[in-house]
Amino acid sequence: MSSSLSSIPSPDGPFEDVPALDVADLRKVFRRGARTGGRFSARRQVAALDGVSFTVQRGETVAVLGQNGSGKSTLVRVLSTLLLPDGGSASVFGHDVLGEAAAVRRLVNRVSVEASFFKRMSASENLSYAARFHGLTAGQTRDSIPDILQRVGFPRDRRSEPMENLSRGMQQKVALARALLTAPVLLLLDEPTTGLDPRSKREVQAFIREMRATHDATILLCTHDLAEAEVLADRVGVLDRGRLLVLDRVTELNRRYGADTLEDAFFAATGREFAEETDPDDDREVFA
Amino acid sequence: MNLQATTGAVRQRLGGWSPRHELIGLVGVVERNLYLVKRYVWWEIAFFIWTVANTLTIVFIARGIEATGGTIDVNRAAASLLIGAVIWAYLGIIFEILTETVAWERWEGTIEYTFMAPLSRPVHLFGMGAFALLYGMVRAVLLFSLCLFFFDLSIPGADFAAALVVLAVASVSFVGLGIMTAVLPLISPEKGSQLGFIAQGLLLVVSGVYYPVDVLPGWMQAIAVVSPATYALDGIRDAILEGEPLGAMGDEIWPLAVIGLVAIPLGLAVFRRGERYAKQHGKLKRSG
Repeated sequence: MSSSLSSIPSPDGPFEDVPALDVADLRKVFRRGARTGGRFSARRQVAALDGVSFTVQRGETVAVLGQNGSGKSTLVRVLSTLLLPDGGSASVFGHDVLGEAAAVRRLVNRVSVEASFFKRMSASENLSYAARFHGLTAGQTRDSIPDILQRVGFPRDRRSEPMENLSRGMQQKVALARALLTAPVLLLLDEPTTGLDPRSKREVQAFIREMRATHDATILLCTHDLAEAEVLADRVGVLDRGRLLVLDRVTELNRRYGADTLEDAFFAATGREFAEETDPDDDREVFA
Repeated sequence: MNLQATTGAVRQRLGGWSPRHELIGLVGVVERNLYLVKRYVWWEIAFFIWTVANTLTIVFIARGIEATGGTIDVNRAAASLLIGAVIWAYLGIIFEILTETVAWERWEGTIEYTFMAPLSRPVHLFGMGAFALLYGMVRAVLLFSLCLFFFDLSIPGADFAAALVVLAVASVSFVGLGIMTAVLPLISPEKGSQLGFIAQGLLLVVSGVYYPVDVLPGWMQAIAVVSPATYALDGIRDAILEGEPLGAMGDEIWPLAVIGLVAIPLGLAVFRRGERYAKQHGKLKRSG
């Protein structure tokens, strides 16, 4: 990472001047076996992130738009300390994701497209152990888990039911509850509504809006849902083949590209229709 | 958005982290595994019945030798085989649970959430180890008692307290070895778990689980010297069959303590390296 550790403020340092998220020239390359080659064929390099730079201010909600395989999830994984970048730097409230991973993990939580849970365990059990991982005692979660499940509209009589019996929408609400339970300062939302039915989608989006209004968090939303990005975010970025092409307010994006809609602006930025499939020879989706 | 409150939250989160939080996290790991035992209780019973059947089969060998014309002290041989089978089952449980640290979580899809939680890896792994010891010990005592009752074995003068102390000291090494095998599914998602069984099998051959180490070829005896199971079995057999007190077990306790002191840091170092490899190559998540 290019960032110098000495430049990172300590918890007692000048925190007010530090952006919530500072990403500079972030790069990640994956090596994969050649599509046509045999066992000993040369491995190809695929740039999942190619010099991505942006800053998110405290309290801001920024959406990153991109198609499958554009690098959105790779970006979220690097910021979550789950992937090591190959170059550049990323810091959360001044803490480098590589050099100070432990500090970053205390500040970040994530909701991904898959509501990942121990499926035989109940919502309460899954939230309970997750809370312990974040240092919350049984005494602290005795009331907060039922409260938070109620806030996301989770039915009281299903709290002890195994997660495998719940619908996708219901599971995603529990995923949001899990993230909120740990009061993250930076919340990473990676396609949180993908695959949900319209009603569940609307409920989850309403809850994200409520979180924004009531919970003091900065949000990075990665999505391929244009309407969702437009409704929820202060600024919208376009990530295409690992490169962040633009990041601005929707009105500015539309003005810059002379577009009437965000979809038109996206098309102008990437040179492709939003719904258009990625290059059939492109296997970036494995990194999504 | 209340930026001042955000700053306060950040400061509190960074300043408030302590060994207490780590301890709560460790409790969370044990708590999660207890939930899983509860949710899979019928499977647990089924596996225990399988272990009992397996152990009975091994102990019957002592009676079989006599029945086919051999002359042995059936009671002593049966007790010796029983000790071997119970310790083997105990070791198997520790390896299995620690290997599941990665394998099961990857299958459930929770691995990324666990690995991005603000819980240090050693504490996470010690939590798994603590549960494995607790669970393995309960199972071992039940298994030993059941088989003792089934065969009506007489073990006068057995020093069970000394045997338990030897087992406890040996468990430190077993956890260290288990942590080393736990990393294998990170490196090879498909075959990693099975590689753990290979390590287990090697210990079975060289450690004198069902026969004295003296019967092995010289080169195998040399490997047996560094296997903690060798000393554990020697010490436990001496305590139960000969009634040797703990004070007379220096030859077993010291090597076990030394192997334990090496195995734990070595296990953590191996796991750290494997985790780094997985994060570098996107192998934490199965599809990435």
